[in-house]
Amino acid sequence: MSKERYPLLTISSTIEQPYNYSLGRYGGRLVRELKDNKRIMGIKCPKCGRVYVPPRQVCGRCFKKMDEFVEVSNTGILDAFTVVYFSFIDPETGKKRPVPYGYGRIKLHGADSEFLHFLQESDLKKLKTGMKVEAVFEENRTGSFKDIRYFKIIKD
Amino acid sequence: MGQRVAIVGTGQTNHRSSRKDVNGVELIQEATDRALEDAGLSRKDIDAVVIGNMDHFEGINCVDMWSIDGNGGLHKPVMKVTTGGTTGTTVGIAGYYHVASGLFDTVLAIGWEKNSESDTTAAIITCADPFWERPTFGGAVAGLAAGACGYMHRYGITERDAALIAVRDRKNALNNPYAHLRKEITVEDVLNSPMLAYPIKLLDICPRTDGACAVIFASEDKTKCITDKPAWVHQVSSRHNYTFFTDVDRSGRMPTLYEACMEIYKKEGIKDPLHELDVVEMYTPSSFAGLVWIDALGVCDEGSAARLVSDGVTEMDGELPINPSGGVLSTNCIGATGLIRIAEAAMQISGKAGEHQIEGAKLALATGFGGCHWSDVLLIGSSKPN
Repeated sequence: MSKERYPLLTISSTIEQPYNYSLGRYGGRLVRELKDNKRIMGIKCPKCGRVYVPPRQVCGRCFKKMDEFVEVSNTGILDAFTVVYFSFIDPETGKKRPVPYGYGRIKLHGADSEFLHFLQESDLKKLKTGMKVEAVFEENRTGSFKDIRYFKIIKD
Repeated sequence: MGQRVAIVGTGQTNHRSSRKDVNGVELIQEATDRALEDAGLSRKDIDAVVIGNMDHFEGINCVDMWSIDGNGGLHKPVMKVTTGGTTGTTVGIAGYYHVASGLFDTVLAIGWEKNSESDTTAAIITCADPFWERPTFGGAVAGLAAGACGYMHRYGITERDAALIAVRDRKNALNNPYAHLRKEITVEDVLNSPMLAYPIKLLDICPRTDGACAVIFASEDKTKCITDKPAWVHQVSSRHNYTFFTDVDRSGRMPTLYEACMEIYKKEGIKDPLHELDVVEMYTPSSFAGLVWIDALGVCDEGSAARLVSDGVTEMDGELPINPSGGVLSTNCIGATGLIRIAEAAMQISGKAGEHQIEGAKLALATGFGGCHWSDVLLIGSSKPN
């Protein structure tokens, strides 16, 4: 190799690749119920009786196909949460996601799995594990995850 | 029962936050070269290659093919294996399976990552469900933060308790020339570092690193000709888990890690892991996880790891040293991280760990962790397994 020194180069590349994902019948049912009826649907395993949200075709433990949709409550308990402060690129938008924002793992009444969604509150001083929370729906719903705007804290 | 397999050589790059001097192939070659040199072998001795990284971080797919110049696999059987955070341990386990099957004698396992090439969190988000999880999910940092929040509530641990893990591992890294972060920190440093996602602060979370690791697995016959200090693979266990973060069972000890460890102990006849194991290289993505999951190793009661750590049990001179290499909190080239745990465990057994050697180590545990709480565990020892 020659003794000349060259700068170490980096090339920048941003990939934009459109995708169209199928929600399937089960995910699609939850989306329709959110939009049309402001209801959160789970699905119950005929073998172990666990209720999963979001609904899906098969119970992973029992490997059994499920078809019993059950409505779960719009309220639940905040099992865990975090408030995100650091800035990062959102791969869905290609831009930095606005921070701070709070999100939580919510145990909706009637469900055995938790549900992940935004929290209205992003002030750490006002958030505590174990709080009761309730879904707040958008007025204009389009069939999206964001048809639930966020979960707000409700007093006992 | 598989055939006996030993680790006969390992190689690592000098891990850095950014290796601008090499592209991916060149980074891979560095580790491959070092592993071959450590074993006293050359490319012609390798029967097959297993390689893995977490594809999204570099966005150049099919590394098995494009890295062929550097991975030693030209015109040989090569498989890409990738399982998120556990990629490194899975790559190692796949290398082990190849030889244990009796179909291959000498197999090269390579884990690597150039984390500097992308926004780490953006890349990690792409493994979450596009509809149900990506809007909220803030990558490993936020996911582990919510987990840590849950642990604080469940076990009453504090940010100060967790900080002890970061302090321990960063101190150990001073004795590891390959480690990325080699600067001692105090509990106050951790508590005062910027909050990324509550309760995880900058010094509670693993860094992003460019690095590669290669490990050579060999059959019993080949091992005889290669080294007189092999590190035998005694047991291997894996437990995968749900894709939805919200399906994970959080009711007790980290279930996949606990189950995998218990299976290994049962098969090996280990009744008292705290005293029977000599060293653990534990995949600790955050200080909180690194603290709480010690109970999943079966060395203490559920939720009581804080006491074990503050008593010094897991320090270099304690009853069961954890992460003499400095662990994941000091070095995290994600596709390599799990394999580095295996390499470091093997180095301990073969007496090659230099300044971070645990004297007389005969039984070492290496663990891997992946995104939605799945685990790989390996038990590596100096004696030939039954």
